[in-house]
Amino acid sequence: MSGYPVSMQETIKKLEQTRSSRLGQDVPRLSFEGREKLLKECHPDYRKDSIRQISIGPNKGQKLTNKLVDLLEAKSYLDPEKVNLEQVDFDVDVLVIGGGGAGVSAAMIAHEQGANVLLATKLRIGDSNTIMAEGGIAAATQPDDSLERHFLDTIGGGRFENKRDLVSVLVNDAPLIVEWLKDLGCMFDTHPNGDLVVSFAGGHHRKRVHSCKDLSGMEFMRVVRDELYNKGVPVSEFSPAVELLMDEQGNCAGAVLLNLETEEFSVVRAKSVILATGGIGRLHPNDFPTTNHYGATADGLIIAYRGGANLLHMDAIQFHPTGAMWPEQMLGQLITEACRGNGAHLVNKNGEHFINELETRDTVSSAILREVIDRGNGIKTPTGGEGVWLDTPLINIRGDEGKLDRMFAGIVHRFTEYGIDVRKEPIMVFPTQHYQNGGIEIDPEARTSIPGLFAAGECSGGVQGRNRLGGNSLLDIFVFGHRGATSAVNYISSAKVGKLTLQHVREYHRELDAAGIKNKMASPLLLPDYIRDEVKKRRYS
Amino acid sequence: MNEQLVPIYVMGKKYDVPEGLTIMKAMEWIGYKYIRGCGCRGGFCGACSTVYRMPGDYKLQVGLACQTTITSSMYLTQIPSYPNPKAAYDLNKIENPAKAILEVFPEIAKCVGCGACVKACPQKLRPIDYVAAALRGDWEQTAEMSFDCIMCGLCASRCTGELVPYNIALFVRRYFSKVVRPKPEHLINRNRDIRNGQYDLAVKALAEKSAEELKKLYDQRQFEKI
Ligand SMILES: Cc1cc2nc3c(=O)[nH]c(=O)nc-3n(C[C@H](O)[C@H](O)[C@H](O)COP(=O)(O)OP(=O)(O)OC[C@H]3O[C@@H](n4cnc5c(N)ncnc54)[C@H](O)[C@@H]3O)c2cc1C
Ligand code: SF4
Ligand code: SF4
Ligand code: FES
Repeated sequence: MSGYPVSMQETIKKLEQTRSSRLGQDVPRLSFEGREKLLKECHPDYRKDSIRQISIGPNKGQKLTNKLVDLLEAKSYLDPEKVNLEQVDFDVDVLVIGGGGAGVSAAMIAHEQGANVLLATKLRIGDSNTIMAEGGIAAATQPDDSLERHFLDTIGGGRFENKRDLVSVLVNDAPLIVEWLKDLGCMFDTHPNGDLVVSFAGGHHRKRVHSCKDLSGMEFMRVVRDELYNKGVPVSEFSPAVELLMDEQGNCAGAVLLNLETEEFSVVRAKSVILATGGIGRLHPNDFPTTNHYGATADGLIIAYRGGANLLHMDAIQFHPTGAMWPEQMLGQLITEACRGNGAHLVNKNGEHFINELETRDTVSSAILREVIDRGNGIKTPTGGEGVWLDTPLINIRGDEGKLDRMFAGIVHRFTEYGIDVRKEPIMVFPTQHYQNGGIEIDPEARTSIPGLFAAGECSGGVQGRNRLGGNSLLDIFVFGHRGATSAVNYISSAKVGKLTLQHVREYHRELDAAGIKNKMASPLLLPDYIRDEVKKRRYS
Repeated sequence: MNEQLVPIYVMGKKYDVPEGLTIMKAMEWIGYKYIRGCGCRGGFCGACSTVYRMPGDYKLQVGLACQTTITSSMYLTQIPSYPNPKAAYDLNKIENPAKAILEVFPEIAKCVGCGACVKACPQKLRPIDYVAAALRGDWEQTAEMSFDCIMCGLCASRCTGELVPYNIALFVRRYFSKVVRPKPEHLINRNRDIRNGQYDLAVKALAEKSAEELKKLYDQRQFEKI
């Protein structure tokens, strides 16, 4: 019994017929120019309705991803006139906003360096994109690899628009971060002698992704969270930041938090703030499904922008080539790149192989979109969806009988629930929104353009250029989590916080009015809205 | 599309919802907006643990709301949080792990081997076995057997001996990975060289190249084989 409807099973037969011939032939890699051409033709970033000009703020006149502009052109969730800034609820050295890998590592390091820290996060600590990462963390730790090789792959992957100083520190700190994680007790995959196992991810020309089975992010997250608790760092959950606070000198001086359950606000005065609020997926750029966690609503970008920080590359969204397309319950969920890194092919309805699976994500996603939309070579689902096959049985065929069970137990398990045996049958995939390539511009010390405000992880921009490589984000969050903490602690040694103000929010509102913008939204969004219109229509109060 | 509706009972109240949805999407379809009980939406964070029963069946079943498809007539309740305070410890100061485990988690000795935890685990783990392995001092077994734990708390909610099995497992995994497993030579060597600044010039030289030169180098890369 197959978990696939009969209509889909026919194309599986074609795929099986071509399997042995496909095994012998790798699809050649595209040149950089060839890739650029494909991207411009097929990547969702180049669709007419995907980006639009923002009319106010530091990036005024530039084009950013549409749904972000909607929120940037909205008024604040907060009424600045109602906030009593005299009543300070927390007074700290360093306020860290966001409880994923970047935030937790930053809070931990700042605490270790003697600062008085508060970590505020929107959901629970660890409810984040970090905990969902499967593949692993990139670092040049192998003898036949080097920092230069990692640099070249990363900057080419980012289409040569990454900030080079950021990439230099990223690749430099990478092996140090792997050691830091190992010393904290993260259970990396190892060879019998203790050497670290490394795998491929798209766009890397060496195997350099270090994994903890197929739950790498979860392993890192639960370990750093455990250590944060061991160190007794104060934490406030279900308390998203809704605006930053400034002082009269224009330095960042804290934030206003919202208790999501009681809807009461609180005021945090801080000598410095580290933003680590993660990505944008739950805004569903271009209306794609997303792999991201529930809280990925770009809040950090919104509040930093109101404060005057500029954004970088926010017209470049990452679509992961292999989001699940069937069964519908799994729509948009990630099928890790490690499947392709371990030999699974992408195959169209004719059983053909159409792209080298280890190209960068922007390239592979574009190739799938071209196959399905432009060439009509997709496989249709009974519910109107379309996708291509990911030939997972090849992983065992190219490796050994037990490889899928050993390395991809999570995937085997999740599909078994729906009657699909990925050892024998392929997985149907289609691109899904995955990562925010850009963000708040930082420098190698994780400083933003606002004094006292630092940013780390997915909410920051410049490190990954216009397209991130697999494994480079788990790396980014810890590299800049560390750097942000160290810079913040250095900064506070001479920082003096003046009188707290929300003047920047008032001015932003005035600018919106002056530009004649009146959208009915309020931002940050905090949580996505999945309530049906039918239900809303009948909420009469 | 004509949706087939099926009844489910959310904390006892009946709703008719479209067949085939996950519990989480069914809750949203009904009109709930999650604050608690929803984190990753992908089966990783353990925020959405759910207990349910089917009519006529005494057995209590468990699942993750984001991963479990609704079945007609199920009675369900999510358990977004369970009071399980975590004992603090300093991993750097552990000399005798067998002794430390009894000090940090004295309740571990109260495991009665009832197996209630096994029935409660949505990840199909066997806390009863990994707790026993930890008591035996078999760190590797404990680590391997507990690796897929998402710390959802359901085993602790059912534990006869009032243990918090997943915190014990995390302690052991960390000890095992940090101390029992050797630190790889290749990592030690690379980091010694990085700390000595051995790569600084090479990376700097690359970072200073023109875009044209970099593109050329990029296209000339030789790929390691799968
Ligand atoms: C399914 C999946 C798989 C992935 N796999 C890999 C991989 O294998 N390798 C890799 O390198 N990268 C991977 N990534 C990317 C990587 O995991 C993330 O980019 C990275 O972990 C982001 O970390 P972060 O700390 O910056 O953000 P997050 O981990 O998302 O943490 C941000 C935190 O801030 C909170 N927050 C949001 N808004 C507010 C607010 N207003 N106030 C307070 N808190 C707020 C969020 O709820 C969240 O807890 C993957 C991502 C996903 C989604
Ligand atoms: S072992 Fe316990 S905490 Fe871990 S997944 Fe199973 S029930 Fe949840
Ligand atoms: S439920 Fe508790 S007491 Fe019973 S076997 Fe599991 S850990 Fe032991
Ligand atoms: S929401 Fe994270 S496991 Fe279900």
